[in-house]
Amino acid sequence: MTSDCRIVGLSDCNRRQFLGLFAGGLLLSVHPTIRQSVDSLPAGRLYQPDWAGRPADPVTAKDNLAVIQAIEKRLRCTCGCGLDIYTCRTTDFSCTYSPALHREVLAKYDAGQTAQQIIDGFVREHGQASLMAPPKRGFNLVGYFLPGTAVLVAAVILTVVLRRWTRAGAPAPVAGTPLGAQGATPAELDRLRRELEGLNT
Amino acid sequence: MTLLGTLALWIAFLLGIWGAIAGFAGGHSGRADLQQSARHAVFAMCAVLLAAVISLEIALFHHDFNVEYVAAYTSRNLPTFYTWSALYAGQKGSLLFWATVLSIFGSLAQWLTAPRHRVYLPYVAAVTCLVATFFVSVTLFAANPFDRLPYTPVDGRGMNPQLQNPGMVFHPPMLYLGYISITIPFAFAMSALLLKKLDADWLVAIRKWTLLSWLFLSIGICLGMWWAYVELGWGGYWAWDPVENASLLPWLTMTAFLHSVMIQEKRGMLKKWNLGLIIGSWLLSIFGTFLTRSGVISSVHSFTQSPVGYFFLAFLAVAAAASFTLYGRRLPLLEAEAKLESMVSREASFLFNNLLFIGIAFSVLWGTLFPILSELVQGTKVTVGPPFFNQVNIPLGLALLALTGIGPLIAWRRASVPNLQRQFAVPAAAGSFTLLILLVAGMRDFYALVAIALGGFVTATVVQEFARGARARHRQYGEAYALALGRLIARNRRRYGGYIVHTGMVILFIAFAGMAFKTETEATLRPGESVSLRSPYGWTYTFTHLGVSQYQALNRLVTAATVEVARNGKKIGLLSTEKRQHVDATGRPTFEPSTAVGIRSDLREDLYTVLAGVVNGTEQAVYRFTINPLVWWVWYGGMIVALGGLIVMWPGGGSPAVKRTQAGYAVRLVETK
Ligand code: HEM
Repeated sequence: MTSDCRIVGLSDCNRRQFLGLFAGGLLLSVHPTIRQSVDSLPAGRLYQPDWAGRPADPVTAKDNLAVIQAIEKRLRCTCGCGLDIYTCRTTDFSCTYSPALHREVLAKYDAGQTAQQIIDGFVREHGQASLMAPPKRGFNLVGYFLPGTAVLVAAVILTVVLRRWTRAGAPAPVAGTPLGAQGATPAELDRLRRELEGLNT
Repeated sequence: MTLLGTLALWIAFLLGIWGAIAGFAGGHSGRADLQQSARHAVFAMCAVLLAAVISLEIALFHHDFNVEYVAAYTSRNLPTFYTWSALYAGQKGSLLFWATVLSIFGSLAQWLTAPRHRVYLPYVAAVTCLVATFFVSVTLFAANPFDRLPYTPVDGRGMNPQLQNPGMVFHPPMLYLGYISITIPFAFAMSALLLKKLDADWLVAIRKWTLLSWLFLSIGICLGMWWAYVELGWGGYWAWDPVENASLLPWLTMTAFLHSVMIQEKRGMLKKWNLGLIIGSWLLSIFGTFLTRSGVISSVHSFTQSPVGYFFLAFLAVAAAASFTLYGRRLPLLEAEAKLESMVSREASFLFNNLLFIGIAFSVLWGTLFPILSELVQGTKVTVGPPFFNQVNIPLGLALLALTGIGPLIAWRRASVPNLQRQFAVPAAAGSFTLLILLVAGMRDFYALVAIALGGFVTATVVQEFARGARARHRQYGEAYALALGRLIARNRRRYGGYIVHTGMVILFIAFAGMAFKTETEATLRPGESVSLRSPYGWTYTFTHLGVSQYQALNRLVTAATVEVARNGKKIGLLSTEKRQHVDATGRPTFEPSTAVGIRSDLREDLYTVLAGVVNGTEQAVYRFTINPLVWWVWYGGMIVALGGLIVMWPGGGSPAVKRTQAGYAVRLVETK
């Protein structure tokens, strides 16, 4: 039994506690003068700062620059999360790698490097895996173009084969007994055909 | 309880081996006693595996922290809901879950299969037992959920906070149900190959199973997207993560199968291809489980790393070799019964449909495995992230969307030019009109334009089909239009359910296109300060920080930051986002603090707020605000896909449509004679 049952997990309360809570609730509702206590200390400090995780750095104007975001979305965080630097630093706030990498990007940007120079610098320092998508050269080209080319080639082959088949293939009867053989009358066949006209194009 | 559990696993293992032997021997020799024994082995395996699951659940609910699995995934203060789902929160439990569900499906297949398809059942029992035995043996020899610790911790570690989300309670089982149930069609396919009974009969026997598996996978994938969106906090729902890709692969091949199988049913063609698709889908589902559970490729979804991967690799290799060898030996029996008559026919469109589905599946698999391949070939590690997948798959996806509109408009066998004109006039006009409106409205993103215009085109094809069908019934039977529409769907569930699925897919594609217009900003705000963000619709949203409050909940310490939201200066509500420090029953922190996002949705866009943290322990909060357009379209699209799937699957209504079409074909044959 935990004291938390005031808030969540009422299933953890026994009946007496539950009724007690209910009665307390009623009492509170007829005494609206009981005010909720304030959450923070006078200077805007929190009661339990450590509950809020790692202290955050205030956002600067540069953090929101489109060019910085675009660069960071092309670079991978090295913590192993698989996300890009921007997504990691704005999502996984326990990661210490992405804020450091972000500072690295900002430092390079402040030093006057272009986006491409910053990215090239990362590749030099952290290897090709620091790019969210491999550069389009060498064996990587196979990576990019094989699926599309394979589909195109398969489509051409399929078209050629189908053409050949369709030229060679006179209408061949399918397996199964035609309805006529089961004794459908011309009138029935006629009705069926009309229905199919409407339904099955 | 752990003794009972382990004992149950051992009995299941032995039963599985016996079931496989009896099933293969009974199927081969025709001995009824062996066949019956195999059938009973499946039922018995199901019963003992259920006993194992119950044992594990009892250990979980009794907080028996001497059991390593219980200590690793639960704590005393974990809400009941999640204590229950801890069964599949970890690798060991989920392997047990896999085996158990497979034995349940196997039993249902033995029990529910129509008498005329019973001939397949001995081999089906054998294959089911074999696969289930593999999973049981992995639990027994590499990942036993009943392993005990040499000591008993006071409390368990608790569940990863990211898994403490309703989406995570339903998403994994749905996905697993999808992965697992495909084993039954695979078992029927193997049985048909072994029996050399390769007419369309076995396809009829597996139709519902394939649809069921497809439906579970569809729902599982959508729930996964929902979970990622509301829980992971990066503001998107699909990251081309290996585990996400792994779930997409069998879905793609199964969707291809659902279409190509119609050609075999109606024309006796594509037998080899369909068998290959079923075998491939099953292998991909095992591959998906392997990727999810082995941690071979690092991913945000892989919560485990272990030697289980080797078991899976060996099993995959053996299973692929065995099934394709058998398949290869039966190829001569799989000749087509008819020839294609025209390039412009429903059959041909289905072939291109399959080409695209398999093409996309290949490109997803290729991208997922490319890092490994690159390391092998060029010795360099590369990352294959969303930019790669988007570049390769968006064009293929759009081609698929176009074909979703074109295919159903083309007649079976051979479409005439007047017929094509009649079919395409309205949809083509609708697509062009949509494009025009978007251009006039100022949209310039190429892919979004194409996706939404194609959406207009496909929607028009579906509306046209429904309207024509309802009108035909109205004319023929004098039914009111609403009734005619209802009966049309009820009597042709397969066809119109399929079109409803297509509508759901259109909505999904439009939703994906919407994400091209996502906007976001970060801000540090003191109470009373605000920041503004312009939405793609031209509105200005203002977020005013109200303050930070802290409180204790059942198993966590919460820091909640709240903003007031105004649209074009008009207040529209509050949004709260939290930092949660999870603790065990003794108050010790268990995991790193996690973030709970605040979301405000309407049909047009979502406002998505994340609390990055607070500055120097004060109420000055760091936020990320994101505007995500059309996110609810994803959830509605998913629901419509599931609804369409249910209509297609609903017993009773599908076959008349097929019969009617077959009859129609027969009529035309009679007439041409
Ligand atoms: C975009 C992804 C697609 C999905 C998820 C999808 C899904 C489905 C499903 C579940 C069915 C019902 C199948 C059954 O009853 O067994 C169906 C039917 C159908 N699909 Fe698709 N489909 C897609 C794309 C396409 C494409 C590209 C074509 C083009 C050839 C197509 C043509 C058809 C047709 C013609 C039917 C109705 C068949 C009948 O008359 O019974 N679909 N679809």
